[in-house]
Amino acid sequence: MLKLKKDVVVIGGGPAGLAAAVKVFDNGVEDVMILERDFELGGILPQCIHNGFGLHHFKEELTGPEYAQRFIDDVEDRDIEVKLDTMVLDVSPDRKVYAMNREDGFLEIEAGAVILAMGCRERTAGAIGIPGTRPAGVLTAGTAQRYTNIEGLLPGKEVVILGSGDIGLIMARRMRLEGADVKAVCEILPYTGGLTRNVVQCLQDYDIPLLLNHTVTRIEGNERLEAVEISEVDENLKPIPGTEERIEADTLLLSVGLIPENELSKKADVVLDDRTGGAIVNEGRETNVEGIFACGNVLHVHDLVDWVTQEAEIAGDWAAKYVKGDMRRSDSKIKINAGKNVSYVIPQNIELEDKDRKRIPLYMRVTTPLTACEIKLSADGEELYSFNEPFAKPGEMLSVPLAQKTLNDLGKIEEITVDIIEKEGE
Amino acid sequence: MSNKKYDIIIVGGGVSGCAVAWKLSRYNLNVLLLEKEPDLASGTTKANTAIIHAGYNADPNKLKGRLNVKGNVEIKQIAKDLSIPFKEIGSLVVGVKGDDLSILDELLEKGKKNKVEGLKIVDKEWLRENEPHLTKDAEAALWAPTAGITTPWEFALAMAENAVANGVEIELETEVLDVLTEDGNVVGVKTNRGNFGANYVINAAGLYADDVARMVGIEKIEIRPRKGEYYIYDKAKDFDVNHVIFPIPTPISKGIVVTRTIENNLLIGPTSDPIDDKTDLSTTPEGLEKVYNGAKKLFPDLTLKDTIRVFAGLRAADKTEDFVIEAADNVHGFINVAGIQSPGLSSATAIADMTLDILEDEGLKLEEKKNVIEKREEPVRFYEMSNEERAKMVEKDKKYGKIICRCETVSYKEILDAIHGPIGARTVNAVKRRTRAGAGRCQGGFCGPRVLEILSEELGIDPTEVKQEETNSQIIEYKIKELLGSKVMDNA
Repeated sequence: MLKLKKDVVVIGGGPAGLAAAVKVFDNGVEDVMILERDFELGGILPQCIHNGFGLHHFKEELTGPEYAQRFIDDVEDRDIEVKLDTMVLDVSPDRKVYAMNREDGFLEIEAGAVILAMGCRERTAGAIGIPGTRPAGVLTAGTAQRYTNIEGLLPGKEVVILGSGDIGLIMARRMRLEGADVKAVCEILPYTGGLTRNVVQCLQDYDIPLLLNHTVTRIEGNERLEAVEISEVDENLKPIPGTEERIEADTLLLSVGLIPENELSKKADVVLDDRTGGAIVNEGRETNVEGIFACGNVLHVHDLVDWVTQEAEIAGDWAAKYVKGDMRRSDSKIKINAGKNVSYVIPQNIELEDKDRKRIPLYMRVTTPLTACEIKLSADGEELYSFNEPFAKPGEMLSVPLAQKTLNDLGKIEEITVDIIEKEGE
Repeated sequence: MSNKKYDIIIVGGGVSGCAVAWKLSRYNLNVLLLEKEPDLASGTTKANTAIIHAGYNADPNKLKGRLNVKGNVEIKQIAKDLSIPFKEIGSLVVGVKGDDLSILDELLEKGKKNKVEGLKIVDKEWLRENEPHLTKDAEAALWAPTAGITTPWEFALAMAENAVANGVEIELETEVLDVLTEDGNVVGVKTNRGNFGANYVINAAGLYADDVARMVGIEKIEIRPRKGEYYIYDKAKDFDVNHVIFPIPTPISKGIVVTRTIENNLLIGPTSDPIDDKTDLSTTPEGLEKVYNGAKKLFPDLTLKDTIRVFAGLRAADKTEDFVIEAADNVHGFINVAGIQSPGLSSATAIADMTLDILEDEGLKLEEKKNVIEKREEPVRFYEMSNEERAKMVEKDKKYGKIICRCETVSYKEILDAIHGPIGARTVNAVKRRTRAGAGRCQGGFCGPRVLEILSEELGIDPTEVKQEETNSQIIEYKIKELLGSKVMDNA
């Protein structure tokens, strides 16, 4: 067993892990190591060969591999140590990381700080229990994306997509471009799960039908998929009898949600938030376990990688401070509550002292689509201030700043609540 | 194909066929097992409740009642010899408020007649202590400490692997189309891959046993499939159960069971619905609702949020509702092992013993081999090892260092071993059955493309030829750019 000691260990070499590691290094903590289970860095980005990445962070439009490469270059420029094809099996609350690969065999790494950046996985057909058979040809959109863009293999040519998450929308266009007939994208909700721009650029531009309030009610075919039955659903999301339609298809792609991949976090006694599926963190993205940080889709599922980068840099800054002994906690902890129409707010707690900062960004999602709304912040029931938004969708994250000055003026408070209210008469 | 004449051909590689092959492999005989699918144990054997029943429920006047207890007792030694996962966790038949609790006493009496050991009626307090999440309405239960759980496909595969080690031959993707007879004697079978000669043919064809029986003119067997639907839960779930837990049974079904599996997932099901189509393995909204409601009666806190898969299996029930294990009276050398429904898994080895007795009666000479290989080496199961044990394995072979399935911690080496084992895995599901790769919470989302690539490399086949399970279940239909310029593109 190879035993190592590192100031910071980053688990996951996707966009979150890469940006966090670079930030740790740039803060003067150079003894940082990235552990990545795949054969290359970049996480899911290398298979996202479409454009649309980096508009916020780099102010230019990049493909997934290009976006990843910028950070991979940063990692290489700094000679940050990377272990590829390395699977982390266990993390202990006292920050021992156990991993394996073919070169080193079994590794035990004692870490000053750990940054969890394992990303998320897709919900499966089994998890949503679609009635019918279980033939080949039913796969998650992300798996199909890997086959198509990394392996050069095309799952099939007559495609139905269930769910309008971004990967589903992207794959509708991708398979269409390879010559497949994408017959429909079904979404059980009355609105799409993905970004508006993806609905326009991936479906509308290619005349791919989007069927809202529809779901797949039956899978047919014993060996390979032969057909799916789709149905319209009522307001309780129950299929309406008589609306069934049979569509012949050899492939059903599922884009029905992403689940933060927190099995390792649980082993380290990290407490998770039921609403995000990720850790409960403070504004430094530190979990309840001291010295263990989390960022990216393992913390909460993001809509844009640009926000992942932002969050990873926050985690990287604070992990470096933690290792250097520069992280100080305030006497009191302020709880951030998700109020009306808000499904969650990150961070869940504010408890760190930072004299230099002007504001703390709060990230959130709404529970339901809203037009012309106000994001209201209040402290212990007293309204502080609000921000206007032209619209809000559950598929798109929102961010508002909480000013440090406001916190200083308020003195000791227990909690801050974020409500998002639709403005009347608009 | 082969001009070799076998003593015995077994039709069907489910748990019954594998058990017969295993028992026969100890004698000086040429035995061939034929399976129509690309892997053994891929019919009823792969989709059931995975229970080794204690044997109190089966009718003592039926074969089911006689063979269940025998199989239950035997498996404990066999599990050790062949390294089959088996845990004697015991079962409970739970009576709740409003149930007729006298049925528990009837089951106890029936169990005593079947010679089931250790049966006991336990009270509310016992239940609260030993099964804390069980409904507060539970009044009493019949506790059968000898019941257990296993991994059914590994049970079948282990017997088949040991049979192969002792000289039995196995042909996969070989479907029996006819049974050949001459002058009232069996002489072989006709298959999609040519004819194979044999003096005895054992019909262990599961759901298709009636079709195979008809090939020699036997009409009395009639398989009436009964579907059972199930939910399986993630290992991470709200609570554990400690026993196999049944409600009070009805005349045709043992009801919706709640049990843990060997790997500590939770399994709930099955329904029991007669169907006509032997290939209908579909789950239905009604069936799954029945399963969930049934399970909730025993465990009111159960939700569906941690389920990772639904599935359905078919019981190969004969119209007599009993096993049909007998020699044909119209043709010499043809033996039926049919109607093997629950408790078929529990009875498998006893069914095989009975089959051997019949073969002897029919004139087959059973002469024990010398140097029988008694043991099957335990496969490496990375997922159940401690980190220290894993470290040792990786030191021995670096191929253990690469993890392919993250959910179940399955290494590259284990997958290679599965593909190159005594009965090598040729499909993604065959790899899953041998290693658990793809059986976890992401259901192959991560390891699927990797397993496909390894299969393609190791078998020397194109990725578009790799199957999920059955002969026509290719996962990938085309390569990139193959469709461009095709008719699909024009019509789309």
